Amino acid sequence: MSVKSPILDAKIPDGPVQQKWSDHKASIKLVNPANKRKYTVIVVGTGLAGGAAAATLGELGYNVLNFCIQDSPRRAHSVAAQGGINAAKNYQNDGDSVWRLFYDTVKGGDYRAREANVYRLAELSTNIIDQSVAAGVPFAREYGGTLANRSFGGAQVSRTFYARGQTGQQLLLGCYSALMRQVDAGRVKLFPRREMLDVVLAEGRARGIVCRNLVTGEIEKYAADAVCVATGGYSTVFFLSTNAVNCNATAAWRCYKKGALFANPCFTQIHPTCLPQAGEGQSKLTLMSESLRNDGRVWVPKTKGDKRPPQDIPEGERDYFLERKYPAFGNLAPRDISSRAAKEACDNGYGVGATGFSVYLDFAEAIGRLGESVIRERYGNLFAMYHEITDEDPYRMPMRIYPAPHYTMGGLWVDYNLMTTVPGLYALGEANFSDHGANRLGASALMQGLADGYFVLPATISDYLAEHRPDGMTTNHEAFTESVKAVDEQTKQLIGINGKKTVRDYHWELGRVMWEKVGMARDEAGLKEAISDIQALREDYWKNVKVGGSNEDLNKSLEFAGRLGDFLELGEVMAVDALDREESCGGHFRKEYQTADGEALRNDDKFCHVSAWKYTGDNKTPELHKEPLEFDDVKLTQRSYK
Amino acid sequence: MKFQVKVWRQKNRQDAGRFETYTVEDVIPEMSFLEMLDLLNEQLLKRDESPIEFDSDCREGICGTCGLVVDGMAHGPKRACTTCELRMRNFSEDKTIVVEPFRAHGFPVIKDLVVDREAFDRIIAAGGYTSVNTGSAPEANALLIPKDIAEKAMDSAACIGCGACVAACPNASASLFVSAKITQFSLLPQGAAERKRRAVRMVEQMDREGFGNCSNHAECEAACPKSISIENIAVMRREYMKGALAGA
Repeated sequence: MSVKSPILDAKIPDGPVQQKWSDHKASIKLVNPANKRKYTVIVVGTGLAGGAAAATLGELGYNVLNFCIQDSPRRAHSVAAQGGINAAKNYQNDGDSVWRLFYDTVKGGDYRAREANVYRLAELSTNIIDQSVAAGVPFAREYGGTLANRSFGGAQVSRTFYARGQTGQQLLLGCYSALMRQVDAGRVKLFPRREMLDVVLAEGRARGIVCRNLVTGEIEKYAADAVCVATGGYSTVFFLSTNAVNCNATAAWRCYKKGALFANPCFTQIHPTCLPQAGEGQSKLTLMSESLRNDGRVWVPKTKGDKRPPQDIPEGERDYFLERKYPAFGNLAPRDISSRAAKEACDNGYGVGATGFSVYLDFAEAIGRLGESVIRERYGNLFAMYHEITDEDPYRMPMRIYPAPHYTMGGLWVDYNLMTTVPGLYALGEANFSDHGANRLGASALMQGLADGYFVLPATISDYLAEHRPDGMTTNHEAFTESVKAVDEQTKQLIGINGKKTVRDYHWELGRVMWEKVGMARDEAGLKEAISDIQALREDYWKNVKVGGSNEDLNKSLEFAGRLGDFLELGEVMAVDALDREESCGGHFRKEYQTADGEALRNDDKFCHVSAWKYTGDNKTPELHKEPLEFDDVKLTQRSYK
Repeated sequence: MKFQVKVWRQKNRQDAGRFETYTVEDVIPEMSFLEMLDLLNEQLLKRDESPIEFDSDCREGICGTCGLVVDGMAHGPKRACTTCELRMRNFSEDKTIVVEPFRAHGFPVIKDLVVDREAFDRIIAAGGYTSVNTGSAPEANALLIPKDIAEKAMDSAACIGCGACVAACPNASASLFVSAKITQFSLLPQGAAERKRRAVRMVEQMDREGFGNCSNHAECEAACPKSISIENIAVMRREYMKGALAGA
């Protein structure tokens, strides 16, 4: 059994899981409407979580300062989500309910998520759809005018809402428009092209941030009554991932270094349907929405090293391995299972394409059954994107796909109120660890980002603010001066090294270590190697990196250099966490712990807990704290999609 | 592959700027245009020269961050494609590739190929929303929207806000961008209450930002990576007229 750490109080409300959120809301302290404008709240990030939170806090009357690294809040990486958003509306009358979405999400997360959080997420899912439609999001519709749904991995009901293959974009534009309305109303002040480089603590509470103005290079400071970090995940630690090239862990990592615990860093998601890598100059991997698996069939040739073009391989000589291994879910098996199955096929020599590291995703059967026009309507933009990148027409020949890092379930530890272990410091969306356990189901990230931003944080933050009245804190406080000094020194240090290898060279090397040893399948020896490899790389980095340019104007190489410095620490903590977790669960697969037929083997006796790591100093192993997970409503069973 | 590229270099907003020519080696045809620039930047850094600054993020054509004028065309010679989606196989090694920032009065250059497009945010802030606070939305299926209407709204909503329409327009007009948002809302029942006010405020904000007017060249439609039609501009004109006549 895990022993609960005294510093991890999840503050889960009492009572039956169905009642926790409504009872909690009824007991939360409120801030009088006339007093709200006296409070300043900083929100870092403008994606679904940050944008929705900033807009909603503005609507409530708080004075909001909203920061983003992009030139506009509309460009946050939520924009790239393709497939859809889950909600327990049960519009299809196919047996869906809040309970079933809750159950599917807990099971999909391989029983490593907090039940109370997941139930709340499922409960709020329906409100998100209402809110987004009201904002003008043009979701797909049926001829009668009702909302349409599609199916997604890990579920046997059709509950995913979508706007072509641009669901993330449309949802983000929905909350971006709400945000801009608040900007116009003067309740939200926007700070684009700013990178948060430190959270400022005074008397143990989060009281502001220090950031770099990415245009002028100036180090700026901002004071507030609370700080909310909604800065996304850390998949770019792998260098090549489906994330945008500017995605980074810096804001979250600097919170960790100021005392916020970082939970389950080893829980990363490798997405099964991405475009395979073409060369070393590649800057990112492109995702093809998982919704493609609704109509696409995944296969490899039955013969190793079969070099025939796909159309020349007869039906009988193809191995539809997901359908064969998981007949109940087939091509819709969850992401971790599908990714591992594809990697296994390629590692065993059945892979296709020039490198042998890809599998087919074939639409011929669906085109035959439904006609090309239906497929074009469902996936037209995805097919066009694939065609553009690969120069191959997926209407005529199967796509080639391979898994790629896509999402990180781990993140800053938060309690039920989304507060980290630092009072007044909140984490939202992908930046926190809360709802997806060891594996996130498709179409659940958008749901969680918007639930946190629109509904959870705006409700829970008043409980803290009511207890901590505005006290005239300004950036003249010495805590700000110290923080600015530290940030400024590090920036100058990076420029000053002027070594031989570029930031990209180091990032590429780190990515290779992470992918090979802390990627889809991990083992003790590999993880130990990864830890020492990363330590050596980090040491070399701070002696030998070449950043170039100056710290006094726009310098992207410098931005990347700061972020990579943090990844070189985070990567090690991911490996430390993966080494400590001697079980396989969801996206964390330890080769030593698998069933006879190669499935993840959990160890609920020893590892049914959240692992939260506390910073203890540079180049020191962090301290592990455990939050035991209790399952009162969902029975712990081995996940089966067969 | 090996390419000659002629790139606009400009230290800051005040600097007059100039073209510099570089040679990039080891390019492969699968590379995106921006990956080619990444490669060039690595080569420049290693020679102690300052890298070329350009904006980009998602690198899959949806965030709207990237945007370069390549050989005189916003987002380059390929239709319906952002700069990050453009592949080097579309270029010939024999011809020097010319790379410039999006040039427009409304988009001042920050450095090299990076421009300031905050004017677009201010235009959206002037009315590109529905005034519905979080929590006050009705049940989603209470509002029936015919499939063809939803699809048309989506065609307009697909705008990624990159600004290629402005860069391509001889008048540096932002009409395609503004009209796409106005059209999306003019088709949908959501936000109908503020329809007239929205059109007037957004158009007036566009004027204040220093964007030119539309004189039907249709260069914007040709440059738009999401193939947004200039029919949207016709809708915007009607919506503006209705609003202006109603005194909104």
